[in-house]
Amino acid sequence: AGKSKVDDEVLDNLEEILVSSDVGVATTIKIIDRIEERVARDKYLGTEELNTILREEIAGLMSETNFGDATDFSVPAKKPYVIMVVGVNGVGKTTTIGKLAYQFKKQGLNVVLGAGDTFRAAAIDQLQIWADRVDVPIVKQQMGSDPASVAFDTVQSAVKMDADVVIIDTAGRLHNKVNLMNELTKVKRVMQKVIDDAPDEVLLVLDGSTGQNAFEQAKQFTAATEVTSLAVTKLDGTAKGGVVIGISDQFQIPVKYIGVGEGIEDLQVFNKIEFVDSFFRV
Amino acid sequence: MFDNLSDKLDKAMHVLKGHGQITEVNVAETLKEIRRALVDADVNYKIAKDFTSTVKEKALGQDVLTALKPGQLMTKLVKDELTELMGGEAEGLNLSGNPSVILMSGLQGSGKTTFSGKLANFLKTKKTKKPLLVACDVYRPAAIDQLHVVGDQIGVEVYSNKEEKDPVKISEAAIAHAKANGFNVVIIDTAGRLAVDQAMMNEIAAIHKAIEPQETLFVVDSMTGQDAVNTAKAFNDILNFDGVILTKLDGDTRGGAALSIRTVVDKPIKFIGTGEKMEAIDVFYPSRMADRILGM
Ligand SMILES: Nc1nc2c(ncn2[C@@H]2O[C@H](COP(=O)(O)OP(=O)(O)OP(=O)(O)O)[C@@H](O)[C@H]2O)c(=O)[nH]1
Ligand SMILES: Nc1nc2c(ncn2[C@@H]2O[C@H](COP(=O)(O)OP(=O)(O)OP(=O)(O)O)[C@@H](O)[C@H]2O)c(=O)[nH]1
Ligand SMILES: [K+]
Ligand SMILES: [Mg+2]
Ligand SMILES: [Mg+2]
Repeated sequence: AGKSKVDDEVLDNLEEILVSSDVGVATTIKIIDRIEERVARDKYLGTEELNTILREEIAGLMSETNFGDATDFSVPAKKPYVIMVVGVNGVGKTTTIGKLAYQFKKQGLNVVLGAGDTFRAAAIDQLQIWADRVDVPIVKQQMGSDPASVAFDTVQSAVKMDADVVIIDTAGRLHNKVNLMNELTKVKRVMQKVIDDAPDEVLLVLDGSTGQNAFEQAKQFTAATEVTSLAVTKLDGTAKGGVVIGISDQFQIPVKYIGVGEGIEDLQVFNKIEFVDSFFRV
Repeated sequence: MFDNLSDKLDKAMHVLKGHGQITEVNVAETLKEIRRALVDADVNYKIAKDFTSTVKEKALGQDVLTALKPGQLMTKLVKDELTELMGGEAEGLNLSGNPSVILMSGLQGSGKTTFSGKLANFLKTKKTKKPLLVACDVYRPAAIDQLHVVGDQIGVEVYSNKEEKDPVKISEAAIAHAKANGFNVVIIDTAGRLAVDQAMMNEIAAIHKAIEPQETLFVVDSMTGQDAVNTAKAFNDILNFDGVILTKLDGDTRGGAALSIRTVVDKPIKFIGTGEKMEAIDVFYPSRMADRILGM
């Protein structure tokens, strides 16, 4: 016998699952309202349908890349395709760059890395180790040098080397530090002295275990650098990373990649349905 | 994100005016507001629920006629309860060993290496100790170099052995080195690990067992969301740690994870990290943290 309406218990349960996945109160309410609407219209029959509706509604909230959902690690055929990687401290920027470089290289693309974190202890050494692992060239200067100058050098060398993809690391910085955010704007602007429309992509890395503060991160990094895509890391643990649903919705930025470990192969192309399903796995 | 909790509660409590007393029925909406504010501040969903029940018990029967602003009464109840849960006086470190051994633990990127440096600097400059830093992260690219850079910055020796891949052996050798060379505090930096990584959790359990530290510290990023309870519980189950370090509080996170962790493991928060520099370390103040979570 079918029910014509979702009972409160089902919705309460759903609310708990979403909020416990860091989806946040506002987005959770938005999702539940949409489901109630759908259910009123389509007539709810059972758990199966509810699950389908839920996946559809959440996926519907999430922005897509200009080319639709990415299914592999391909990049547009623009040479060189310049990616600038930004985010708060310790989220996994440098590691994600290593993993991405590996994926691009595997496709036969020529990749160049830029060591734009000239601040954190041994940050350049860390990126150098990744460059060695993947076997791609790295452009770097001394610790403490101007990151904008490193970015400039990197893009310039990439053009000279006829590279396909350039990935530029930046120092982790909290989004409420105005000077550091201005520095990032400058890093971005300087690349345009070499290539008018560089960077082609600004990838904001979010730590999957971060809660609602990720909203503010997305907001401020977007204000400083016009973020074009997101990567969510550390999803190999028990954290779900649900905050990106609201972020992707509000700022219309697609999630492109997820990090699922510390190894070179532990990067995946984002899949909305699998992502939502993970909330229901214990 | 959301307005000051006090303003919100004033609105929600407005309905209470003229009712005379807080009752189960008339306080329901207010409690919902409190719960939402806490969840928005990253307090764990279940903990926020339990917390509001406790607040309700305390609020029931309270006279709101006399309170000029019922919201203020409720806010005070909430704040006092939060502060109490967050712990009393700031708790120091146990430095009774000779040498005293301090073991760092936590997830990837939480701030262990940076905090190891800050703590060494603090003990050296403020407590006239002679600390030794130990590099036991044998995995992360350039982790050992990172600790050496930090050690150089603060003028503290770093013990490392790039040939040795077993952190148990490294930490034991480091303690022997400390004893032989007059270091009275040994701070052991370890690799970041996820609680679900059995092999890595076994590794830190083995280090812990071998060196019997005076202080085992769980270092956690203050921006952590709902998962803070799982992680804190899992690390505590294995290490029975002595205290929590809350990092990156120079950001604008509400830091509700602090409440979640306190509630689930009942261990004191001993220090906070407030920046990337070596001086950016402070003791923990429960009432300031309560204000922060409530957005006040
Ligand atoms: N488990 C897991 N760990 C990760 C993942 N991505 C990165 N890490 C780890 O997280 C820690 C921080 O990574 P980094 O790449 O150094 O982060 P970052 O954003 O460059 O850090 P800063 O430059 O200091 O701001 C390291 O221990 C990484 O190995 C992931 O997807 N899963
Ligand atoms: N703003 C700010 N940044 C911090 C703080 N503590 C650490 N960091 C930064 O956070 C990032 C990660 O710090 P680490 O000390 O490398 O973290 P970790 O836990 O040792 O990382 P793994 O060894 O990879 O697990 C670095 O960029 C640090 O500079 C803090 O209190 N405030
Ligand atoms: K983190
Ligand atoms: Mg980095
Ligand atoms: Mg470290």
